[in-house]
Amino acid sequence: MGRVSVKNVSRIFTKKEDKSGTEALHDVSFDVEDGEFICLLGPSGCGKTTLLRIAAGLETQTSGEITLNGVPITGPDPKRGMVFQQYSLFPWRTVIDNITFGLEMQGIKKAEARKQVEKYIDLVGLEQFKNSYPYELSGGMQQRAAIARALANEPEVLLMDEPFGALDAQTRNVLQDELLKIWEQKHVTFLFVTHSVDEAVVLSDRIVVMTSRPGRIKEIIKVELPRPRSRTSPEVNRLRDRILKLLEEERFSR
Amino acid sequence: MNINFIKTIKDNGIEVLSLIVAIAIWQLAADLIVQNKFKLPSFYDVIISFAAIVKSGLIFTDTLTSLIHFSIGIIAAFVIGIPLGIAMGWFKEANRAIDPIIEILRPIPPIAWIPFAIIWFGLTRQAAGFVVFVGMVFPIIINTYTGFKNVPKVYVEAARVLGCTRNLDLIRFIAIPSAMPSIVAGIRIAMGVGWMCLVAAEMFGSNSGLGYEIWHNYYMHRMDFVLVYMLLLGFVGLLIDRFFRYYVDAKLLRWTSGTVV
Repeated sequence: MGRVSVKNVSRIFTKKEDKSGTEALHDVSFDVEDGEFICLLGPSGCGKTTLLRIAAGLETQTSGEITLNGVPITGPDPKRGMVFQQYSLFPWRTVIDNITFGLEMQGIKKAEARKQVEKYIDLVGLEQFKNSYPYELSGGMQQRAAIARALANEPEVLLMDEPFGALDAQTRNVLQDELLKIWEQKHVTFLFVTHSVDEAVVLSDRIVVMTSRPGRIKEIIKVELPRPRSRTSPEVNRLRDRILKLLEEERFSR
Repeated sequence: MNINFIKTIKDNGIEVLSLIVAIAIWQLAADLIVQNKFKLPSFYDVIISFAAIVKSGLIFTDTLTSLIHFSIGIIAAFVIGIPLGIAMGWFKEANRAIDPIIEILRPIPPIAWIPFAIIWFGLTRQAAGFVVFVGMVFPIIINTYTGFKNVPKVYVEAARVLGCTRNLDLIRFIAIPSAMPSIVAGIRIAMGVGWMCLVAAEMFGSNSGLGYEIWHNYYMHRMDFVLVYMLLLGFVGLLIDRFFRYYVDAKLLRWTSGTVV
């Protein structure tokens, strides 16, 4: 079960030198249902990554709280998996040993862990590359492995910080489709940060559109298009148009 | 095998030829120009002297002694340098506490420690080992520290969200492997410095070893033997470095695709 609840979260970054602060997030609240796919969308610098990092426990809020199944988040926990924008596979471990890392940290023996993660390697289609080192993989394959690594801990929530941001457009589309397949099979709650409107429309159940800094919620849009979604149908285009207009307003309101 | 031999000659022809020419020039210069075995022993003289120390077995005992001195130094430098570097790289307070001391001690040339090495340890293996240690420990500390400072933040964060949260685990599973290329580079620099210190240490603070033999034979005015031991020091140093590199590239740094060291 993975019900996430964001309650009145604010975050102010203070500089040591002049004690002035930058407000990154201002009073953000929303709830995420178990198994829901949520995209956080907004102009760059709007604090969406900060929000995700607070949910991961890598950063702390100035006020408010985020809870998972009613329990406040205070630090990192394997129940909340995360996939980063930068390539974050450990380069000194092979693909399979990257994926077993979380299980090893739980005290499971390496040989046993390797058996257990086989299914995740299959799921992301990396059987052939399981004994390769990260430098031998393409960017898309590295992010696939990173997703498998996060899934191997069987998290209740998967936090994704623009995981496909560094990939080319075609690889991106392929990975989006694969991610949806994984989501359907695994019943995990997804919190997905992106600055791509297309990506948000293809993936989400709901899109949380944020304002420019300080980040607030501008609008939460329910995407009621049947899956699998076409990327170019009139309904999709209409929705994209609507979101782009929302973002455009943000550009001029600055 | 024959084919391999021909192939080697073909591939390394220029290198081999260059060496042969250099040796020929040396031999001719010694025989025809200098004509003084004391000032410049010829290649042939050196070969004869080499044969002599092989026959007497001195070469083996001296090489072994030097390797023991070197090992004492390197083991001590590992045991002290790596944990210090780790502590400094991982804990800010440790760095602030240790760094001033290191910055004061580090510029002292290791050879300047020889008198105290002899006072403290006498003319023992530990004395020479100590000087080697002083030469090796600082590059190891500094490179370990640098490697730890430069551990990419994303690896640490990825590890933390995967359930690796204790400092000890983060150091063991993330920081040490991530810093390994830097640590290894430090060890290689240290081995070069240590090898130099070894010769000086043995000249003054030892009664055997390759460095000692250089000084001893100089007193005896046997410059051909001096030259043999010089070349020997070069070759053994080269072998140690090659062996280390081979081991490191094959075992420790396979993931860097062999480009780092």
